[in-house]
Amino acid sequence: MNVPANLQYTSHDEWVKVEGDLVTVGITDYAQDQLGELVHVELPTVGKHVAAGDVVCEVESVKAVAEIYSPVAGSVVEVNTALDDGAEAINKDPYGSWIYKVRATAAATGLMSAAEYSKKIG
Amino acid sequence: MSLSRTPFHGRHVALGARMVPFAGYDMPVQYVGVREEHLGTRAACGLFDVSHMGEVRFRGPKAADSLSWLLSNAIRKIEPGQAQYNAMCNHEGGVVDDVFVYMVGRDDYVVCVNASNRHKDVAWMQAQDRAGAEIVDESDAWAQVAIQGPQAVEVVDQLVDFDARSVPRHHFRVTAFAGIPGCMVARTGYTGEDGFEVFLPADRAGPAWDAALDCGAPMHLQPVGLGARDTLRLEVRNALYGHELDDHHTPLQSGLGWITKLGKPGGFLGMEAISARRGTDPDALVGMVIEGKRIAREGMDVSLDGRKVGRVTSGTLGPSVDRAVCLAWVEKGLTAPGTRLTIDVRGKEATGVVVEGSFLSR
Repeated sequence: MNVPANLQYTSHDEWVKVEGDLVTVGITDYAQDQLGELVHVELPTVGKHVAAGDVVCEVESVKAVAEIYSPVAGSVVEVNTALDDGAEAINKDPYGSWIYKVRATAAATGLMSAAEYSKKIG
Repeated sequence: MSLSRTPFHGRHVALGARMVPFAGYDMPVQYVGVREEHLGTRAACGLFDVSHMGEVRFRGPKAADSLSWLLSNAIRKIEPGQAQYNAMCNHEGGVVDDVFVYMVGRDDYVVCVNASNRHKDVAWMQAQDRAGAEIVDESDAWAQVAIQGPQAVEVVDQLVDFDARSVPRHHFRVTAFAGIPGCMVARTGYTGEDGFEVFLPADRAGPAWDAALDCGAPMHLQPVGLGARDTLRLEVRNALYGHELDDHHTPLQSGLGWITKLGKPGGFLGMEAISARRGTDPDALVGMVIEGKRIAREGMDVSLDGRKVGRVTSGTLGPSVDRAVCLAWVEKGLTAPGTRLTIDVRGKEATGVVVEGSFLSR
């Protein structure tokens, strides 16, 4: 399973990229493999305020739904509208298919390194 | 309790299938992906392990009398070599199970039952039989594969020593399959496609899986898991017990009036209750196509103008129809095609439009 070293990871199988106070979130290769073919992403509304650990949006495959959590407190500043008509892009390129970006009001905590995440998913 | 394994279990694992517990068996839910397996079956053909299904033998001079009482369809009208879909009802007119009956000979029938209902069914049959048939649960002795899709007949033709095309729909032959004697090769299925279901002696069945995949390779035969089996059946509105059929709703409510012979000579168990309830039962099953991209799932509430009017029984994105579709119980006045209802998809609204018949337009 692909786990890029330059990203951080949550216990809910999201990948997180932190650039200053801008935090980009997607789901991992492991998550997309577990879910199977994704058919729908319910994107959040830009401007939505979130606390760390809040459900921000959801992704849906033919057989299952998964909630996507926010790793930080802040507000959603951008969503990947390309996924509106192409959720399957996440299956093909999970780390190239970001879902939303949050402008953080506090630093993210409790994130895992690639090595730690690789160990978690076995 | 440990999970049972079908004779093909090791092959599923070797193929890299994702295995899940289902009706007490460790079963493949998918091999490469639900969508790909689904579309491959509609375009060419798919191979399914359905060995978890149960088989109950009815034998003896009273076998037909026994089945005619226990089951809803006109069982006396079929001939040896013919198969028929039936509902088995309780005294209140609810459905104990939906079953396929295979008439092997004048005094010999095999009833294929749902895996999850097997023990309940056998107990019910033995308790309610009033004619005196010999009723034996043979489930552990049988394995079963389904080969479904427009190319299925070409695959099966290579595995039997007669012309597979000559077997009419809902007919079967007792014959060798892939060199394994004593099989039943039936032109039946659950996917809405042409195809076969093959019953094999469990202790000799294993090699049939490999033989089918070998012979089927030129026809693009691929293994298909329970995930796609469910999306395939749902697109053509085949009912699934525990979802669209249950102990409380009558077969008429579930849309199975065509197998419910209310005037049949001698009647059948539950017939009077079904007749009496007809017209007063409050809800019925509908199919809905969902507008937009949200997907209705089992258990979601259906409402009209803020008032709850029903509940979703099965829902998915249909890979072939390329829309979200669902089946639902709704109040009886709301079943007309074109009726627009609201489905609560985890707190967000989706609109479902009632449609008649299969979701798959041909």
